[in-house]
Amino acid sequence: MDMTDGAVIRQHLIDPEICIRCNTCEATCPVGAITHDSRNYVVDADKCNFCMACVPPCPTGSIDNWRTMPRVRAYSVADQLTWDELPGELSAVQLAEAGVATDAVPSAEPVAPALPAADDGQVAVNSAQYGATVPPWSAAHVYTNLYGPKAAQKTITATCTGNVRVTEVGKEYDTHHIVLDFGATPFPVLEGQSIGIVPPGVDANGRAHHPRQYSIASPRNGERPGYNNLSLTIKRVLEDHQGNPVRGVGSNFMCDLKVGDTVEVIGPFGASFLMPNHPRSHIVMICTGTGSAPMRAMTEWRRRMRAAAVGPSQGGAAPSGGSAGAAGAWGPGSSKFEGGKLMLFFGARTKEELPYFGPLQNLPKDFIDIHFAFSRAPGQPKKYVQDLIRDRAADLVPLLQDPNAYFYVCGLKAMEEGVVLALRDVAVNAGLDWDTVGAALKRDGRLHLETY
Amino acid sequence: MSSINYSEKIPNNVNLSEDRTLQRALESWQPDFINWWDDMGPEGTTDASVYLRTAVSVDPQGWAQFGHVKMRDYRWGIFLNPGEADRKIHFGDHLGEKAWNDVPGEYRANLRRIIVTQGDTEPASVEQQRHLGLTAPSMYDLRNLFQINVEEGRHLWAMVYLLHKHFGRDGREEADALLQRRSGQEDNPRILQAFNEQTPDWLSFFMFTYFTDRDGKFQLCALAESAFDPLARTTKFMLTEEAHHMFVGESGISRVIQRTCQKMNELKTDDVKKLREAGVIDLSTIQRYLNFHFSVTIDLFGADESSNAATFYSTGLKGRYEEGKRVDDHQLRGQTYKILVVQNGQLAEKEVPMLNALNEVLRDDYIKDSIAGVERWNKVIEKAGIPFRLKAPHKAFHRNIGALAGVKVSPEGKVISEAEWNANVDSWLPSGADRAFVASLMGRVVEPGKFANWIAPPAMGINRQPVDFEYVRFA
Repeated sequence: MDMTDGAVIRQHLIDPEICIRCNTCEATCPVGAITHDSRNYVVDADKCNFCMACVPPCPTGSIDNWRTMPRVRAYSVADQLTWDELPGELSAVQLAEAGVATDAVPSAEPVAPALPAADDGQVAVNSAQYGATVPPWSAAHVYTNLYGPKAAQKTITATCTGNVRVTEVGKEYDTHHIVLDFGATPFPVLEGQSIGIVPPGVDANGRAHHPRQYSIASPRNGERPGYNNLSLTIKRVLEDHQGNPVRGVGSNFMCDLKVGDTVEVIGPFGASFLMPNHPRSHIVMICTGTGSAPMRAMTEWRRRMRAAAVGPSQGGAAPSGGSAGAAGAWGPGSSKFEGGKLMLFFGARTKEELPYFGPLQNLPKDFIDIHFAFSRAPGQPKKYVQDLIRDRAADLVPLLQDPNAYFYVCGLKAMEEGVVLALRDVAVNAGLDWDTVGAALKRDGRLHLETY
Repeated sequence: MSSINYSEKIPNNVNLSEDRTLQRALESWQPDFINWWDDMGPEGTTDASVYLRTAVSVDPQGWAQFGHVKMRDYRWGIFLNPGEADRKIHFGDHLGEKAWNDVPGEYRANLRRIIVTQGDTEPASVEQQRHLGLTAPSMYDLRNLFQINVEEGRHLWAMVYLLHKHFGRDGREEADALLQRRSGQEDNPRILQAFNEQTPDWLSFFMFTYFTDRDGKFQLCALAESAFDPLARTTKFMLTEEAHHMFVGESGISRVIQRTCQKMNELKTDDVKKLREAGVIDLSTIQRYLNFHFSVTIDLFGADESSNAATFYSTGLKGRYEEGKRVDDHQLRGQTYKILVVQNGQLAEKEVPMLNALNEVLRDDYIKDSIAGVERWNKVIEKAGIPFRLKAPHKAFHRNIGALAGVKVSPEGKVISEAEWNANVDSWLPSGADRAFVASLMGRVVEPGKFANWIAPPAMGINRQPVDFEYVRFA
């Protein structure tokens, strides 16, 4: 196989919806990488050397956009000139289809700018640049791409062994906890990884649906311990980002699964968003909505390890994917992780929309420190996870400095920057040098961002 | 006052501390500038700390330093873009000669006139906008207004530096006069008429920053080509700041349109009365404001045939927009250009020597650039699924300078009678009732994250701060 095939870059792009064509970037660029026509200003990926000279002078912020792309498939200047809006990030599945290993580290990427000090910042923040591309040093060995377009076997068949709703019934949102069993076929996974589901049938163009990616919500030894199964947290998509009615192909297929139905699966994916496994390692989890899936997986693994140390009386064996499955997983259970703290910051629009709300409430306080933020609770001021982070600055300051503390962020893209900025503010307000702290988080695999 | 360390107080890359003459000149001018700012700068803002961008050097790192500062203490710096060793004059009669670092005696009067005219617009727009803070639609917009105000102040400093440094006593007198003229004052007005008009409301402000500051961009672009190197380098740096001003205008109008379209879809109506009752600005009123600001601004480029324009070009003082990117002989002798005239009651094209038509050349480049932005506004309307499109009026519509002054022309470009004009003017230009309605919407909203009903929030905050960030801290 051609080794250069999988080379990845962070491609620099300009958002045509925000750009006002002032020409400042083109005039500033020292290598002539920026050009324009009567429609768009664009960056030539072959010329851009990531010097960032164009970023601070841009009056709109449209200049500061980046996409992980296989080098061979980087958007050409001609492509970009036709855009009305920016394309999204390629999913791990699409990257895998393009032959990119999930653990591939961009061979070319912008240098993380020196982070601005609090709000006196001098440089625009690109939060994604602070996400680690390496796992914690004590992460378990991970398997990726066992099944997929480039693997010997394209897909694996899984059987649905459970499908329960985990948000209150009668609301417009509908989130499901779905258990898939792989029988005797190998499918080893770790907390933080994801899988791809291939919906049956074809799309409007008569082509097979492309795979949909979901984070795994169960620990490494199975949703039901000792079984070759895993669980997913899936929200039924009924409208697009603009609020127009649309039925999400993958999510509706999954939420409608009945026990006994089969599903074609590819993966696993992900080689850096993995939990630490050494004693006294702390985990700070920040999520919104179904971004809770990997957090549930990590929490449940820690809970099982703790239960195993304490004894079986606290329910070390969670029930299988039946009606009580979801609840059991967040249920209570110190051990090899003694002294390791778990902190969870969990945001949703309302309490009712929060998956696993009940089971979460039942976890012992000495096991996990949980903070909820509801942005649309009736009669309450809006609260976001960033606000919670600022509220709990006193607890977070020592963790930011502790090499044994790992931070995980998962949820909607919109939260990512706010969370990184909130962490920065916490550090700066405590007199820490964020340049040092932020760089260490990235270098040591201590800050992981997974947003969509 | 002499104890002020100017090289520290005024960030600069012109070795201010080593130039005693210049330092003394600025020492006498600076207190007058502060007095002018206190009298004519943004009203009622003495104690507010504003999240402003300050340039402390011309390189990308120093270009945009953000922090909360009191506007009166803003560090108005003096910056020239880095010089090019052996830069050559690239147009006009002196094509190929070495660019000037000093003012040639024979061009002194014309250069001074160009610099004073440009410099005069900077404090003028601060004066025009000084009351707007009282009716800001949000804290975010208030901050953008103040950013524009301090940067206009910095552009004034840039021009005053050139006057002090290169024009001796005349220059100092002109620099003082820049602080004495007042926008709209009858006995001592600003030089250009558009800068004596009021900016009564935020719709006008956004239109002004979109259209009139874009005129500024084209003038600065033309001066950035100048054979007088200090002028070229200083205007090049000013252009980066001008970009922010146009951003405020373009995104401001875009957000007004977005909000109106949202209401139209919500109420399922295009009825002007219903929309006005719902507190948003109907698209037809936006079109009339656009017609007004577009036509007033294209007058700023001057007469369509101008021997001054020819002289400024031939002598190398002022180039064309993107002169360096054009492929012709850069002297234009014997070449022609088509301008509009009225013949037999109809618009017709007339071919004239290109050198005399350079104002028209710059105006046409400006029109092309302006229309592109109008099309971006149309995308917002299109996205909302509304069958209405904004349109820039014809170049001959509502003109008061040049061959077209005094001719009545419809927005579609048809020559019409005085009677026809009078019958339709209220559907083409903002009427008293339109202006009164827009004025009625102007109420101050300055709580972080809150926006007036007639405008949508921006897509993103400033310097990647959240939209509900405290951009202005009131004392």
